[in-house]
Amino acid sequence: MKIQKASLFALYAVLELASDPERQLSATDIADKYGVSTHHLAKILRTLVRSKLVQAVRGAGGGYRFTGVINRTTLLDVIELFETLESELDTPSPGDHAGDAIIEELQSITREIDDLTKAVLDTITLETALNSSRLRAKL
Amino acid sequence: MTEQVTIRNAMSSDFDAVIDLDLVGDPQEKPAYWRGIFDRYVASGRAGSIFLVAEFNGDVIGFIVGEVRAWEFGSPPCGWVFALSVSPKHREMGVGQLMLEEMCKRLKKAGVTTVRTMVDRENKLTLSFFRSQGMRTGRYIELEKLIDDI
Repeated sequence: MKIQKASLFALYAVLELASDPERQLSATDIADKYGVSTHHLAKILRTLVRSKLVQAVRGAGGGYRFTGVINRTTLLDVIELFETLESELDTPSPGDHAGDAIIEELQSITREIDDLTKAVLDTITLETALNSSRLRAKL
Repeated sequence: MTEQVTIRNAMSSDFDAVIDLDLVGDPQEKPAYWRGIFDRYVASGRAGSIFLVAEFNGDVIGFIVGEVRAWEFGSPPCGWVFALSVSPKHREMGVGQLMLEEMCKRLKKAGVTTVRTMVDRENKLTLSFFRSQGMRTGRYIELEKLIDDI
């Protein structure tokens, strides 16, 4: 499985902002911290604002702050704003092909992998991910 | 609130309260199953078989059951948590965490250093709870198939 850049950058931004919901950060603050493009991150933040996970604060000293529910929002909730996490299996649709059984079996296996991936990402809340990150930082 | 919660060994008199808590998570009644669990985990007093309840204001508001299992699936001795419930009214107050921490202390005392559990992948609430306690996908993979067509 490969998480797209947009999803990854969104996770950086949401986790960074959720780590201190009182704090406002600019796109540049977050981009610099994670070594990503400010331009790309700004576009992602707009999607996060539309989803109401993040609020844009205008004016001097403005920026973005987290407005979601930290112990209810999962990593999958954030990722699914940008992609569906379905494995890409570039096969013809099953039809009148001699190889239909093999195609269907491979599709069934990729569905199994996708289901497991989603089951993991859908049960890790932002709060859990942040707590684990803090423990990791202490090691 | 958690300061007023007591985690203690389950007693035979907790039977009805445990059944009621179990029905919150799974509406299927299974008194015979719980009678067997009480016989094996409460009455027997076997080391490594642990059945705890959380009590608040004299009421049982949660339970957890676990034990040490050795060499199943080729695994060295390991702690297993196979039942856990907290009354919906008392969730998100740290009761599950208190019970799991006490369970882990007891399992460690019994000589194991790993704790495992298994949860239906649709049960997001319980999965999220165990993950919040630092548990991750383990090294064993559960496999299954329907056998009604054999």
